[in-house]
Amino acid sequence: MTSVVRNAVRVVKGMMLRLPMMITCRQFEDFILDYLDGNLRATQRRVFEMHLRICRECRQYLAAYQRTMELSRVALQDSPSVEMGDVPEDLIKAVIEARKAK
Amino acid sequence: MPTDDAQRMIAGVQAGDAASIDTFVRAHIGMMISVSERILNDRGLAEDCAQESLIAAIGKIHSFQGKSGLRTWLHRIAVNCALMKVRARSPVSNVSMEELLPVFDERDCRIEAPWTSMATPEEVFEADSRRQAVQASIRALPDDFRLVLILRDIENLSTREVADALGITVSNVKVRLHRARAALKKLIEPVLRGAS
Repeated sequence: MTSVVRNAVRVVKGMMLRLPMMITCRQFEDFILDYLDGNLRATQRRVFEMHLRICRECRQYLAAYQRTMELSRVALQDSPSVEMGDVPEDLIKAVIEARKAK
Repeated sequence: MPTDDAQRMIAGVQAGDAASIDTFVRAHIGMMISVSERILNDRGLAEDCAQESLIAAIGKIHSFQGKSGLRTWLHRIAVNCALMKVRARSPVSNVSMEELLPVFDERDCRIEAPWTSMATPEEVFEADSRRQAVQASIRALPDDFRLVLILRDIENLSTREVADALGITVSNVKVRLHRARAALKKLIEPVLRGAS
């Protein structure tokens, strides 16, 4: 797609997103968190999903946003607790001794 | 640990039994360090935090009523300890959030490079280097944003609980969480697009 055509598509899309019951990409951004948490009212949800259907950029953005959430969970949450072998024995003894001292 | 064994251990800790305290400490110290390290980004501070948290937990084990699981109770103590230490230190991130947030044109249309493919978690974590890249990106976020992301998305606190823990409003938690996720998306895009 040439830059002229790409720009024309963006102009048309920008105009279309200002029609009644439509939201712009910037407004869409403000709804993402509540959409994913299931906190949008039915009408807001319909408007949000309508935008998703007609805007490739936001559709792909949301997919990447959700994949990011998934990856961060896997990267940190699924990493095992610090192995006992990695815990300095003197740290364990310090906790136990601190209790004896009380 | 089976429930009966756990109850025996808790009863032993409450009674001040040395063997039970030893078992209790060894059973939980790894988890306490991990939780603290995710929040503090610093292994040494995390070990201090685990030590203080476990001493505090043993000291108030009589107040543990079993309404939540023992791990949940200890997890909360470690989170609170780590948050106190985070607040006490200077911010360490050099990342500019403004540069990582979504971009829109003058018509408020999103500017987003087309995605031809998006790596799955399996593909990303095939290589340790990519897992480390994701972890490093999370660590690179400024504390204000990283903490909300860690507490909400990783430690599974509710929005209200995060607000209370950090002393900010619920709407502020939502704004920070969304920005943290959006910034993280930008930071890990090379990994997601399969470029690294």
